[in-house]
Amino acid sequence: MLSEKGAPDGENHGPRFAERAPDALNNPQLRRNFRRAMDGLMAKRAAQFPDPAYWAELRERGAAVKARALAKLPELLERLEAKLTANGVQVHWAETTEEANAIVLGILQRAGARTVIKGKSMVSEEMHLNAHLERHGIEAVESDLGEYIIQLAGETPSHIVMPCIHKNKDEISDLFAEKIPGLERTGDVDELTAAARRVLRERFANADAGISGVNFAVAETGTLVLIENEGNGRLSTTLPPLHIAVTGIEKVVEFLDDIPPLLALLPRSATGQPITTYVNMISGPRKVGEKDGPTAVHLVLLDAGRSRVYQDVELADTLRCIRCAACMNHCPVYTRVGGHTYNAIYPGPIGKILTPQLQGLDAAGDQPHASTLCNACAEVCPVKIPIPDLLVRLRREAVRPTETPATHLPVVKDGGAERSWNEALVWAGWRLVYTRPLLYRMVTRALAWGGNWVPAGAPLMRDWTKARAKPRFKPRTLHDLARERGYLNEVPK
Amino acid sequence: MTTTNLAAMHTGAATPAARPDTVYFFGTCLVDMLYPEAGLAGMDLLRHAGVRVVFPEGQSCCGQPARNSGYFEEAREVARAQLDAFPGDIPIVVPSGSCAGMMKTHYPHLFEGDPDQPRAIAFAARVHELTAFLVNVLGVKLEDKGEPVTVTWHPSCHSMREMGVVEEPKALLRQLANVTLVENKRERECCGFGGTFAVRQTAVSTAMVSDKLASVRETGAGTLLSGDCGCLMNIGGHAEKVGDGTRCRHIAEFLMERCHAQ
Repeated sequence: MLSEKGAPDGENHGPRFAERAPDALNNPQLRRNFRRAMDGLMAKRAAQFPDPAYWAELRERGAAVKARALAKLPELLERLEAKLTANGVQVHWAETTEEANAIVLGILQRAGARTVIKGKSMVSEEMHLNAHLERHGIEAVESDLGEYIIQLAGETPSHIVMPCIHKNKDEISDLFAEKIPGLERTGDVDELTAAARRVLRERFANADAGISGVNFAVAETGTLVLIENEGNGRLSTTLPPLHIAVTGIEKVVEFLDDIPPLLALLPRSATGQPITTYVNMISGPRKVGEKDGPTAVHLVLLDAGRSRVYQDVELADTLRCIRCAACMNHCPVYTRVGGHTYNAIYPGPIGKILTPQLQGLDAAGDQPHASTLCNACAEVCPVKIPIPDLLVRLRREAVRPTETPATHLPVVKDGGAERSWNEALVWAGWRLVYTRPLLYRMVTRALAWGGNWVPAGAPLMRDWTKARAKPRFKPRTLHDLARERGYLNEVPK
Repeated sequence: MTTTNLAAMHTGAATPAARPDTVYFFGTCLVDMLYPEAGLAGMDLLRHAGVRVVFPEGQSCCGQPARNSGYFEEAREVARAQLDAFPGDIPIVVPSGSCAGMMKTHYPHLFEGDPDQPRAIAFAARVHELTAFLVNVLGVKLEDKGEPVTVTWHPSCHSMREMGVVEEPKALLRQLANVTLVENKRERECCGFGGTFAVRQTAVSTAMVSDKLASVRETGAGTLLSGDCGCLMNIGGHAEKVGDGTRCRHIAEFLMERCHAQ
């Protein structure tokens, strides 16, 4: 499944993170929306895990479940396929998002489907599935309220769990009044929700097919687990005669018994709920004698660069992700700039490690640098993904790529894309000075004497002093002071 | 056993069982050049607590700037110079949670596949953040001789999340009779420095430090204390730039001045 073109090319080209950030930072409404939302989510999550020992034990179990599944990934995927097939679910494999789109389109066309109702799915965002279907005359309507709102607005999700979190009530009121025929502008949340419900109920009833994502795919039983709060996931997967689920290959877990710890972690980490309103466990199409459910169920398993991530033992931890978004909810960078600044399907800390691996370091090599490495993400990750370490690893791959021994390809697509001779020279010089105590003392003394004459407009200093005073070198270094005060240089024998 | 001791055990820090008579001091490169008085105060605090302090002249930098930029080879060679400079089997005390975190949590991985890895692992085990060492290992008792003052605390991200140091510096401040410690509601949020982040992502970094200073101002404390000079250079530098009068100081200097002023 390894491929150079595992993901749509060049998707992330265009202005880089640092150039896009000021737009968001200069939008006070957007910053208030995110700050308020993230503060709320952090507080709700914290309330779900009052006991640090319980949290530590639970996330250990969650991490272990996902790590074990990944360790046996090829085998589990085969078992999943066999079990699903036995259950009457048709399984399809897609190496690229283009292939996945073609598969979904083919299924819909063969069924003569013209309208699709969709449950929330980040993989379908990765595929740009709606646009693909539209180009072929099939209308897909998002049924998750947040997704529905951004579809009306012609936008992309700014958060993987709460896709329209960047909008406040007033903005949604305006949008609904403009886009929903016959709706008077209202600021009442219940009325707004009711309006969306009226539109969507009709869509559910008339859709030729439903498309959804998958939270966990159980190899042991061939069960597709889908959690949600609005009931739209259940309607999308049970009301239309045809259900197509799309998911990444990393969503497989081994046993049904692996689900409880993950369910105990995911909603609490995501929205601070003890459990979601709906937990759907889909085990196949309608059976003879059953009165409801789709008559055909398909699962499309997408690679799109994931098997390449899987090749590296350290980077493979990325695939443990259960898409709870706790990392972005707790990220001081995400909170300030919001999801759209990342210009990627997956924003925030998880996106900063996932996007460069799926799309390559040429397209997204700047993303791992959009972090202070504050570790807030790692602290709350329910499956213990060492995000800061992987950010640093990707920074390294961007300047000093390592190779996969078997293929001689860079471990990460476009490894070395951020290489710069200037930067390499700076670090070579740094190493020269900092490994030679005598030279180091000469250089630091020279800086103590003349460092403050470095002009504020010098490289690096220019960016630093935009918002801060120049750091001041002191006339005597700590080395000098320690010696003057009689501190020993070595342990006496 | 007190909660601070439990916290120390949780992060693998040494238990107070063995009180060393001699310790190494790793000053950090930032302190060496820009905040030497903070480093000296840290050493003086240890001396006042009754331990002999050794400051090896061969020391330079923990290597974190290169490692975090992806230049692992350069970081490893500079780290190796530190392994050489601190040969004795005694604690290494660091007046920075961030540099301590680099040495304690990242050296073992940095030396993966290197013949010096066992030495790096042994070195990492000897590393202590200054305030945690004063509280958990030395059990220092401080006597406040200063005027009444209100302060607030800024924990560095790495002191909290890599070194597990949360309560120790506050415990030291609470020993001081005339010091009122007020809590910053956004204490746990990063100040936005992040090494090269501050110059690569100037706009986001500026927004973060500006929010941080605003949260400090909201506490009403005129003085901000921290155990990390990187954060102080950022927050203090921003305060100076915007004409904010908040004093930003390293906790070691503050403690020395109040308890052992000549």
